[in-house]
Parts: sequence; structure tokens; C-alpha cells
Amino acid sequence: MPLERKTETEHDVARLSDVDEWGRSAHVRELARRAFAPMYDHWFRVEWEGLEKIPREGGALLVANHAGAIPSDAPVIMHGIEKELDRPVYGMADYFFRKMPVVGTLWSRVGGVTAHPDNAFRLLHDQGQLALVFPEGTKGPSKSYTDRYRLRRFGRGGFVEIAMRSGVPVVPIAVVGAEESMPIVFRLPGIAKAIGVPYFPVTANLLAFGPLGFALYFPAKFKLRVLDPVHFDVQPCQERYSKSRVMEEAEEIRARLQETLYDMLRERRSVWFG
Amino acid sequence: MGRRVLITGLDTFWGGRTAQALESDPNVEMVLGMGTREPMVSLERAEFVRADQTYSILSRIVRATQVDTIVHTFLVTDSTRSSARATHEINVIGTMNLLAAAGQAGTPVRQVVVKSSTLVYGASELDPAWFREETPRSRPASTRIERSLLEVEGLVRDFAEDNPSTVVSVLRFANVLGPDIVTPFTTNLSRPMCPSVAGFDPLVQFVEETDVVRCLEHVTKQRVPGLYNVAGAGKLPWSEVVSMCGARLLPLPPAGTAALSKALGALGLIEMPPEIEDLLRFGRGVDTTRIARTGFTCRYSTAGAVASFIGALRLRRSVGSAPPSYTYEQDVEQFFRHSPAVVRIAADGSPRTDPSGNTPASNRSDA
Repeated sequence: MPLERKTETEHDVARLSDVDEWGRSAHVRELARRAFAPMYDHWFRVEWEGLEKIPREGGALLVANHAGAIPSDAPVIMHGIEKELDRPVYGMADYFFRKMPVVGTLWSRVGGVTAHPDNAFRLLHDQGQLALVFPEGTKGPSKSYTDRYRLRRFGRGGFVEIAMRSGVPVVPIAVVGAEESMPIVFRLPGIAKAIGVPYFPVTANLLAFGPLGFALYFPAKFKLRVLDPVHFDVQPCQERYSKSRVMEEAEEIRARLQETLYDMLRERRSVWFG
Repeated sequence: MGRRVLITGLDTFWGGRTAQALESDPNVEMVLGMGTREPMVSLERAEFVRADQTYSILSRIVRATQVDTIVHTFLVTDSTRSSARATHEINVIGTMNLLAAAGQAGTPVRQVVVKSSTLVYGASELDPAWFREETPRSRPASTRIERSLLEVEGLVRDFAEDNPSTVVSVLRFANVLGPDIVTPFTTNLSRPMCPSVAGFDPLVQFVEETDVVRCLEHVTKQRVPGLYNVAGAGKLPWSEVVSMCGARLLPLPPAGTAALSKALGALGLIEMPPEIEDLLRFGRGVDTTRIARTGFTCRYSTAGAVASFIGALRLRRSVGSAPPSYTYEQDVEQFFRHSPAVVRIAADGSPRTDPSGNTPASNRSDA
């Protein structure tokens, strides 16, 4: 018989990093926040409204409009909430990132998670975390500047179903500024297909700054408004929910978000100064 | 009546370990092991039958020995150990024959336990962070080991459907680490340079070798039916595992990885079979809630399994390789098992005189 060896548990094994089971590292996240802070404070001059509507504890699904060729809204929302509420935000993104060397790993270390319903359920229901999704998917950031602030279809309402199953509220966030930070003039579908990315944008930034335009955002003023959380009065942990109810709720959230965006744009005097 | 257990692959690491675990159980009346070679571990009372790897004589053995439980540990889960043809023969044809024998008319078999692997989930960018048993693969299997294991599980599913009165337990184990097991992972981690795919640092999950045996023992003894993931708690980035083991990363380019790893593998510098490549890109995690509900928890977390491996690695580095392994001597083993001259000690400590070596009736209690 082999000898009984000492039992090892997670606690008595010294870890060399603080990477959690999602790939997020609080340490790397802290470095990223430090690097992004000047951009957040001085370039985009981010202003929030209604941050208190985001739960301080327990799971919630944050839902926002998505824009900018290389979307600047995700880092802004994650940075802002982590800074103000001091709790992590996991950004759910297209699986496409995971295939990209370096980018995929970095995205995962700063809190990116593949948008898979099982991942969302575990984050929201089992672990009571905040997860951020953009229901428009790539349709949001890939739209041309002429379509700015016009919300695309909200997928198939999957985000509502996930929130229902996890028993958490949906918290909509309207973002103004991302559209103008990297507007798309036109797209090159041929190149996108050839290099295997969802879309290949030619942005105003590229035309203005050349290749630097991939990294250089225009200093659009960012304003974010958190809407009232939407609670669904349904039994959690069900396999399926009424599709008509799901679509109805998704459409209602989309309409509220769209209306809020128009309101905010009515109040906005300047793209650069808000 | 006590359990009568047949173990496949007695000559392999898992078969030998499982036989050792089961023969110490007084409720197990008889342990019979099949193998193509002689056993490599010392066994108290397990009987050994030599068979070819496809087990064509199995029907006769099952009838003759009236085994009520079959523990199928002999499945190839690592393509570096055997050729494509041998893998197919062992996994698919072997399992087919085994299940045919177990399902023959008037079969005494009441439980079949199969040791599968989480390789059946594959690894892809579309995957969830944690696979549940019912989560389908994201992409079709591209490596032959994965295809072979999927075929085996298909055979087992059909068998379970055709034999509803038989308890069928399938365990999908994560990659194993431990002091004694040898896999491409342990080989790579024992060397100064350990392969990775440049730009990727996936989260990986391990299970410790004693937990594997404990789990096989658990489902066998408790007759737990169903399909289960088995893995240590938590996940670790591959880079962290490598540095815990004191090795350095050898990043291979993300394009043309397969060709290069094959070439470096042929030179003996790394061991990176195709089924590992995507794992080192996207990682894999399995959810173990279901096995936990049956009352089983791994003693080692993923980090614990790595630590257990490192301990043995350091020991080997200091004192050299392990003491010479046990050699099976047919005559000696026969003598100890069957000679009337040997006084057998029963589980309660009293000498047994029954020359057949069976446990006295007083100790028999069927679970």
C-alpha cells in the first residue's frame, strides 16, 4: 500500500501569483488602473451619474451601449466602478479575444471573461460578482459614425435570460463619448475576412494620425448615466424562460437605454467639453 | 457475499494502484486483474491473468470467475505512449470486448466503472471556463486520442442504455500530477525548459494521483452510477505551475506550433502531443459539483497536486531515482496465494486456515 501522504489544500500551498479562477489578477488589474487613470481623469474626463444604483454587494449584470472602433467604453466602465465601489467587474467579451496571443491573456488578467452563459451564471449566481455585457455585441462598435448612438439589436435577449436564471438584477448604463473617441469612417470587410477578425475599421483616428490611430483616442468627454436596476420577478435556476417575456424585457431595456442616450445628447453642448 | 472485482490493465499504473486499494477492503472477496504484461506493483491477493490487449477471452473469464464488478482502467489517454493503431485496439476494441463480455446473457456483472479523461471536452476558445458533465464540446475532436475516448464513452453509453440494471460509472479525470505517475506534463515539468505557446497563459487544472485511485475506489464501493468530472479545486496559470516546479518557459510560436512541437518532440527536448497543444493555448476547467454530491472530495487542490509532484521531484533530485520497482515472480506469487503452508491473516487479525484464501463467512458483508 502506498503511504498516506500529508493532505494538501489550497490554503497551505504557497501561490506565486494572485490569478483567480477566471484569469483575473488583482495585481495586474491594479497596474492597469494606474496606467489608465490619467486617460480616465484627464483625457476622457469621465463623469458618472447614479453610481449609487450599482449594488455594493451581490451579483448584478451591467448592460451598456457599445461603441468606438476599438471600444473605449469597457475599460472606462470597469475602471470607474472598481475605483468608486472598490469591487471587481468582470467584462464579458466575444470569444474571439481568447484566440489572440498576448491580447487574450492580458484581457483575461484585467478581468475579461468569455461571454458564455455558463460563465455568466457562475459569476452572477454562485459568486455574486458584477459582470458587464454589451448586448449589441460586435454590431455596436462596428457601426459607422453616421449611425452613432443608434442602438443595434440586443442579440437574442440572452442577457435577460442569464439575469433571470442567476436571480440578479440588470443594471443598464448609458455611455456618451465612446462613439466620438474612435469613430468609424468605413470598414474593409475583405481585410477583416483575410485576417480573421469580426470587422476591420478605418477610423477617423487612422486618417488623422496614421497607424498611431489604432491606439490614440480623440479626447471626447465621457458621461455615464446608471439607470434604475431592473428586477425580474421569476424563479431563478430554470433551464428556460418564456422567450416572449425575455424578448419583451430585453426590448424594454433597449428602449430605455436609447431614450436615455437621446436625453443625454439633448443636454450635451459639446462633444469635447460635454 | 463479498464483491468479486475484475480490473483491466493490472500491469499499468492505474490498474495496479486500484487493485492495491481494493484488495485491502474486506468487503471485496476477490480481485482479478488482467494485463498484457506482469504487474509492476506488489499485490497481496489479487490474481493475475495475462490477456491480449483487446481482451478477446474476456467472456470466458467473466463466466468462469463470476465477477460482479469490472473496473476498466486500461484506456490510453496520452498519445506519446502508444501508436495510433495500438491506441485504437486498446481503447475502442478493448472496451467493445469488455462490454460485450459484461453484457452477455446471464451475466454476473452488476457494475462497470470506466476511467475516462477530461480530454473528451477538448480545448477551444469557445469553451466555458468550467465544463459540466452535460456541456457539449465546442468543436469536433481533432486529435486521435480525443476521438478514441469519445468513441469509448459512446460505447459505454450504449451499454448503459441496453443494461439498465447494471450500475455504470464513468469518471472523467483531469490531467494527473503526483509523485509516481509519468505523463507528458510530469516529463516536461521535470526538465529545466517547459513548452508553452507564446502569448498564451492558460488556466489549467490537475488532479493528484492518490485522489484518482480514491475516486475509483469510492464509486466502486458505493456503487455510484453516472458520469462525473474529477479534478482538484481551483485552476492555475500554466506559467505559475512551471515556475512552481522551478522550470523556465520555452515559448513556441503561436503559428506552426504543431509542426515545431513535433520536431522538438522527435529530438526529445519536449513532450507536446497534439492533445496538449490546444490545452496550452486555451486551458480547461471542469466543474466537480456532481461528484462532490456523491460524497467525494479530492484531498488535493490543483495547487496541492502540483505541490505533491514538486515534493517528489525534489526528493528524486536529491537521492536519485526511486528504489528498484517490484518484480513479479509467477512462482512466488502463486505460492503466497495458494500454498497450504502460508498462514493467511484475516482482516480481524486472526489466522485463517481456509486454503482457498477466501475470507471467512463472519467477515462477509455485502455493501
